Amino acid sequence: MQRLEGLSKLTGAERYLDDLVIDGCLWGMTVRSPVSRGRIRGLHFDAGFDWSGCVVVDHRDIPGPNETYLIENDQPVLAAEYVRHVHEAVALIAHRDRNMVRRAVAAVRVDVDREPAVLDYRAPLRPEQIQRGDDNLFKKLRINKGDVDAALATAAHVVEGEYETGAQEHVYIENQAMAAWLEGDMLVVLGSMQCPYYVFNALKHALKRDASNLKVVQAPTGGGFGGKEDYPSTIALHAALLALKAKQPVKIVYDRDEDLASTTKRHPAWVRHRTGVDRDGRLVAQDIEVLMDGGAYVTLSPVVLSRGIIHAAGPYSCPNVRTVGRAVLTNSVPYGAFRGFGAPQTQFACERHMDRVALAIGMDPVEFRRINLIRDGQTTATGQVIKDGTDRHAILDRALENAKFTERKHEHEEFNAGHPYLRRGIGIATIFHGAGFTGNGEVYLNSRVEVAGLPDGRIEVLAASTEMGQGTNTVFTKIVADAVGYEAGDIVIATPDTSRVPNSGPTVASRTVMVVGRLIERACEALAQRVQSAPGAPRLRGSALKRAIIDWHARHPSQELRDGATYVPPPGVSFDDKNYIGDAYATFAWGACVASVEVDLRTCATRVLEFTSAQEIGRVLNPTLAKGQVQGGVVQAIGWALMEECKFKDGAMVNNQLTNYIIPTADDVPSIDVLFVENPYPNGGGGAKGVGELPMDGPSPAILNAIAHATGADPCAIPMTPERLMPMMPDATAV
Amino acid sequence: MQPPSDTDKPGLRIALTLNGKAVEIEVGPAERLLDTLRYRLGLPGSKEGCGEGECGACTVLLDGLPVNSCLVPTFQTRNRDVRTIEAVSPESLTTMLNTGATQCGACTPGVVVTASWIHDNPELAKRHSLRELMAGNLCRCTGYDGIIDGLRAWIDVDAGSQTP
Amino acid sequence: MKVLLPTSVHEACRMLAEQSDLVPMAGATDLLVHWPGRQDAHEKSYLDLSALSDLRTTKWTDDTLTLGALTTYWDTALDERVGREFPVLIQAARQVGAIQIQSRGTWAGNIMNASPAADGVPALMSYDASVTLTSATGSRSVALSEFYLGYRKTVRNPDELVTEVTLPRRAYDFGQFHKVGPRRAQAITKVGVAMTHQAGVAADGWRIVANSVAPTVRRCPHLEYQLDAGPLVRSPDDFLQSVNADVSPIDDIRSTADYRRTVLCRLLYHSLKGACPMVV
Repeated sequence: MQRLEGLSKLTGAERYLDDLVIDGCLWGMTVRSPVSRGRIRGLHFDAGFDWSGCVVVDHRDIPGPNETYLIENDQPVLAAEYVRHVHEAVALIAHRDRNMVRRAVAAVRVDVDREPAVLDYRAPLRPEQIQRGDDNLFKKLRINKGDVDAALATAAHVVEGEYETGAQEHVYIENQAMAAWLEGDMLVVLGSMQCPYYVFNALKHALKRDASNLKVVQAPTGGGFGGKEDYPSTIALHAALLALKAKQPVKIVYDRDEDLASTTKRHPAWVRHRTGVDRDGRLVAQDIEVLMDGGAYVTLSPVVLSRGIIHAAGPYSCPNVRTVGRAVLTNSVPYGAFRGFGAPQTQFACERHMDRVALAIGMDPVEFRRINLIRDGQTTATGQVIKDGTDRHAILDRALENAKFTERKHEHEEFNAGHPYLRRGIGIATIFHGAGFTGNGEVYLNSRVEVAGLPDGRIEVLAASTEMGQGTNTVFTKIVADAVGYEAGDIVIATPDTSRVPNSGPTVASRTVMVVGRLIERACEALAQRVQSAPGAPRLRGSALKRAIIDWHARHPSQELRDGATYVPPPGVSFDDKNYIGDAYATFAWGACVASVEVDLRTCATRVLEFTSAQEIGRVLNPTLAKGQVQGGVVQAIGWALMEECKFKDGAMVNNQLTNYIIPTADDVPSIDVLFVENPYPNGGGGAKGVGELPMDGPSPAILNAIAHATGADPCAIPMTPERLMPMMPDATAV
Repeated sequence: MQPPSDTDKPGLRIALTLNGKAVEIEVGPAERLLDTLRYRLGLPGSKEGCGEGECGACTVLLDGLPVNSCLVPTFQTRNRDVRTIEAVSPESLTTMLNTGATQCGACTPGVVVTASWIHDNPELAKRHSLRELMAGNLCRCTGYDGIIDGLRAWIDVDAGSQTP
Repeated sequence: MKVLLPTSVHEACRMLAEQSDLVPMAGATDLLVHWPGRQDAHEKSYLDLSALSDLRTTKWTDDTLTLGALTTYWDTALDERVGREFPVLIQAARQVGAIQIQSRGTWAGNIMNASPAADGVPALMSYDASVTLTSATGSRSVALSEFYLGYRKTVRNPDELVTEVTLPRRAYDFGQFHKVGPRRAQAITKVGVAMTHQAGVAADGWRIVANSVAPTVRRCPHLEYQLDAGPLVRSPDDFLQSVNADVSPIDDIRSTADYRRTVLCRLLYHSLKGACPMVV
């Protein structure tokens, strides 16, 4: 099945927020903090500027608590007395003329008495830098399995390593964009977002607004990757505050430089491994410490850390695991959700470490993984028994086979012997990714989906799950089509509008097809049951169901035919979220990657020559979309591994231009070879697991393992830019 | 249509060919072609991704060559030929649709304009690789395979042969 | 903002003579970057050269190639005759931005913008290009290697326009341009070098021009001399002394001084080994 809105996007007919003409609309813009930490002395408005057409909002205009509703409500909507990072929003201005609003913002000076900032999350704290509790700690989490100390004491080998990953920008091509206006008493917020109900709850909270006077509608969204998970709440609040004060519609559309500088990024992380291995190469102990830079406010850091530590030990069986994770405050823009949500950081460390352990004990890295990959019946770090029938060794074998691993390895070695300055190498990674919210998260979410039988017999899906490029609407249509035997044309996916659709949960965590898709199937079953002629009659499908829906409407004129389903956890899944023991996820997706690289010893620049990604994601519902998810994720991960570097000064990103924040072009990456091993998952929509995030986990370690193989260097940090790699090169490779 | 700003008073009257039709418009001197198209002429297919000529989401053809419309002052299009995504026929895009050349769609109009230029000038592929020719269009969703495969198939369909 | 729209070079020069703070504009690929965010730039006055078709020409004589000031990278990249005689120009043109920039960016604009990271300038300079500056009162020609006075400073007088770039036609037996950027396309150069050698010229035959390693694009006389006269170069490090004498790279958000220096030495060494008798 083709992407439903594909042609509309290809022809430029799709209308994103900035494409919509809204009558009488003002342009909104944000006045931001110039310093990383301090007390606000005041705002100075240039007397020489004509302020007559400006609407100005500050914290005093917020009707409710000055809090951005999320896990902890520590982030103000607009800084009142204190700023905690450069570019923190302090005030808002709207004007009917877009150039004038830019000039107005430039005519405001924010005076701040600077206080000592924390700019390096790894450095020891000085007392004057403390801003939260007595240690600036956002969250500490721990996993304990077996007796790590005892196992390390008797292990045949103990290998240590430290790993680091940098901040990463989402670079969705459509910048953050939101509009707000009043329709009578109803506040309408329309914009680019992943999670309409997050925005809804944030507006309800800070605007102290009755839910019945508020609706949030998703506009077509030009990419998210996690960047439009939590941040849209902020820009929606800003647009709404301006619209309420101006009593006119207001649109806020960020310029790229503003978006790069002031929105969330992937958490930088530092990970230390101490690993015990027995004489046969079996893991006996994994002692892991994870430190994440949370930025200035808590936002999503606790849950990013949680997913990070759960994945830190990798897809391996090890009887003794201790993982301690901390997320700490720094005076940078808050770090937030980004595809993989902490797991890419910790799996980078784990997979690079696996190669280094193999090297240290004189074992082939493929063989070392083969020995330790989880087999059915064995347990993860949280003690979750894996019993899904997936052959993880076969996934690795398929990846190696497709990549012609052995052949390439020899070819590379031969090539290297004959070339004056190019060095080729090959590397692998084996990975996993828990699908859906962590632990009991899905139970707390209590997601609901409804389906409506329309008077003409079509079926409409009502869910808050958003299409942002990953193909939600197309796959939902396919799930309904399979569930009830309909043609795609007889299925309608409702626009996510909180006044119409129930809360099916946020569009994050690779959960949409698996969790929400399954709810759709159940809702369809309920609907079909409701219209059948007699209880116990065979379930209606296809044209019979369509006729039954039309008949139902004939019998119930002007009534709505709706049914729904609410999340029920799969049987036998339980997690102790205090002690981190048990089933951290209902299921995991599994994968293996192979990367061939070429390092130019003159410039130390690395190019990925070939990349193979094999994964088991349950059943593949739409091969083109699934492949696109993997290829896009791999290329985003190649960028993170080799070139994407946020450079900071006083905690602020200074390369906040696409000229200086470098993402891969078509010419920087090879064709990505994708293969799927299918093992239908009974509790997922259409038998699917999540696919969105897994592709982000493997490429960076596979690439660095390949660089190590190519050059003999020992790179342990990303992005592995040429400037970083150059001093790491062993003398023997100097050219 | 409401232009984004009138701090810059319209006052320049220019004639150009837009998507095959002669048009005459009045624009401000500081107006970028991208803004003229989007906000003055009601052609919002071209997108602003960066405003610095890096991402290519605003690509249009100026006298038959791809340009970033965010870097073109509108007055420079006087007496010239401008073609936007709105002039690309939907029927021609089947291969791009089939290969997954679009995901979120924000870069897509620019991608399609550049691709259509390559398609219409297949001799380009003799000297340049498709990836080199597409390097001015950043895409964050597809990893580029869907785009390159779709473009290659599009060229092949019409050329009746395989490109190298 | 004000813009003047001359229809001839003569008219453009007259306008410039009357108002010397006019900013000449050709492909606008530098001038319009981040345009909405630079409201102060909207207050200036511009002189639009884009309609002066006389300037979009490539002229050959027996001794010279002359590129009119509106000649774009793309114009040159497709020109097979230029490719045969001045291959370094093509190598550079193809590495500027991507097609969307190559189709608009001009060689003359690249010269005038005076960025130390300019890619077109080193290629031209490696062929001893000269720049024709035209004003209402006449024309003069300046060697491109003497065009820059310092960071973003040139010898151009406010009433002058760059109207042509002229390259002497000579026989070359070596020509390469290396651009090292943060990615393979759409990149600003971190370190770059254009290298040419005139066939049969024993002394002063080498031209080495580096970009992104000094306040201006710069010819490297010490390197050129070393390639002619030694001392012998047996490893990249043997270039270091000359490199240090010729350029002064810095740390900035794109790279580091050390990286730039090291890479320049290595590019020189691996490109010239076998091509220059002094490099072994």
